[in-house]
Amino acid sequence: MSILANGDTAALMAGPVAARMKPPSRFGDKAFEWLTLAMAMAVVALVFLVGWQLARGSSLAIQKFGFHFLTTSTWDPVAEQFGALPFVYGTVVSSLIGLIIAVPLSIATAVYLTELAPLWIRQPLVSLIEMLAAIPSVILGLWGIFVMIPWLRDYPFPLFKKLFGWTPLFRGPIYGVSMLAGGIIIAIMILPIITSVSREILRSVPNLQREAAYALGATRWEVTRIAVLSYAKKGLFGAVILGLGRALGETMAVTMVIGNTPQIAASLFAPGYTLASVIANEFTEATTDIYLQSLFEIGLVLFGITILANLVAQLLLKTMGTKMATRAVQ
Amino acid sequence: MQATSTNHSWRKIKSTLASALAFTSAVLVIAPLGLVFFHLLKSGASSVNWDFFTHLPAPVGAIGGGMANAIVGSFELLGLAAIIGVPIGVLGGVYLAEYGSARANAMLRFVADVLNGVPSIIWGIVVYGLVVLRFKGFSAYAGGLALGLMMVPLIMRTTEEVLLLVPNGYREAALALGITRWKTIVHIVMKTASKGIITGILLALARVAGETAPLLFTAFGNRFWNHSLHEPIAALPLQIFSYAISPYDDWHRQAWAGALVLVITIFFINMLVRFLTRGRMVSVT
Repeated sequence: MSILANGDTAALMAGPVAARMKPPSRFGDKAFEWLTLAMAMAVVALVFLVGWQLARGSSLAIQKFGFHFLTTSTWDPVAEQFGALPFVYGTVVSSLIGLIIAVPLSIATAVYLTELAPLWIRQPLVSLIEMLAAIPSVILGLWGIFVMIPWLRDYPFPLFKKLFGWTPLFRGPIYGVSMLAGGIIIAIMILPIITSVSREILRSVPNLQREAAYALGATRWEVTRIAVLSYAKKGLFGAVILGLGRALGETMAVTMVIGNTPQIAASLFAPGYTLASVIANEFTEATTDIYLQSLFEIGLVLFGITILANLVAQLLLKTMGTKMATRAVQ
Repeated sequence: MQATSTNHSWRKIKSTLASALAFTSAVLVIAPLGLVFFHLLKSGASSVNWDFFTHLPAPVGAIGGGMANAIVGSFELLGLAAIIGVPIGVLGGVYLAEYGSARANAMLRFVADVLNGVPSIIWGIVVYGLVVLRFKGFSAYAGGLALGLMMVPLIMRTTEEVLLLVPNGYREAALALGITRWKTIVHIVMKTASKGIITGILLALARVAGETAPLLFTAFGNRFWNHSLHEPIAALPLQIFSYAISPYDDWHRQAWAGALVLVITIFFINMLVRFLTRGRMVSVT
């Protein structure tokens, strides 16, 4: 291709008529290549821009509170004391609840879609999962406030309290809005992405794996467990971490159901607060510089951990050699 | 002999059980979609009427009014987002597909995928710092920029993917005719893949159309018509959010109606995309 693209060579080979023609200008080619390169580099520039802006916006808070920002739990805008521990705790716990619910369901669904379901049902099911992914966070939050919370408060929560009330996790008054409700909403938000990435990974498992296990007389479940799931372990782990990255940054739906109270409570029935939702709720109310700076620092922490989660996830998925299924469901 | 046969049937039972569990999981994953849609129709459908599309929000306390300004605002914001996100995304995708070394491109792809995972609320505060603070005010421009930047990695990756589907013979044929490389890319390769590129852009638009978090501190929302892009602007997701957390029943009703309209718009774009592509992204004849 490169020889043909070279105007000089083409002219030399084309004989006298062509030789009199001026070789085509290379300027357009170079300019276009540089232009597209600049646009492609935009993604790198954006990562640095985001990091730089967050660091710049929080420099005062970083200076004032230092490392204590992450280890203290006073959040008092009036006294200008800011510690982000309750938010870090809320983000971690709600994301963990989300993962505990979503991971088994998503991977089992992916298994169903690739190994067990009748062929005609697969495509419609995939489309439905894509539709679930397309529901905006704020709408899920609306449904959470008016449908899910009242239902949870009236039926499952009292039941949990009766059954597991002896553990500190399910004690105390039931308000409805709670860490557990936040976790459940997060689970719904991350189900589609974990399912579709897992499905992509299971599909990339070579059929020889399955055939070999069948040939040894394995049942369908044994084939799935021994030949497919253990083979795809690393990639599935990547899918889970990718889901974690989404869970950590989930904002609107969580803000609407988690109760927004900066506290560290053992009970999952108690309201909580996450990094993302404190930004969403308090950013426009931040009247003092140090308040705004502290919220920027929370943004910096959130940016750091989601970048880390995504890095790990992409590395794990890359080793599986799947054609990055992450775009299948955004 | 007896032992092996019971063992065998136990294994079969286990296999059936596992299948049943997997099926149940699939049903549970789909369930929220059905539930949300059911409640959207139940609580929202009755409030989607002519007033909803043509009226401004009613003053606090008054019943009625609509979300006309939010619907128009959403489209304005999407337009601004496209102006920013489409050129960067598409041309960046061209670079990844047509130029560059394999290793450098793998790196760029990686960064784009990581960027895609940045929480949307982060885009909101970054654009707040870059634009709103600097120009001393919430504006439609700021909101459009936040959404546009979110679209960049999405469009870049889909554009690259569809360009790679164009057979190399097309490029070789064009170059053999003496057409310069950039014209080959623009007029032959990108034209062949234009359907796929448009699909990618539509999907990215559908994705950001429902975003609320990046608009909270940029577009900010507005209960009236926006007369200049330098001013705060209403958007459907923002309006749904502020109505949902308000104490008024009438506003809750409107929030459901807005949510129904938003979801149907987003599903419609997705359907349109499926109709456009129907199997292939590139019109190879």
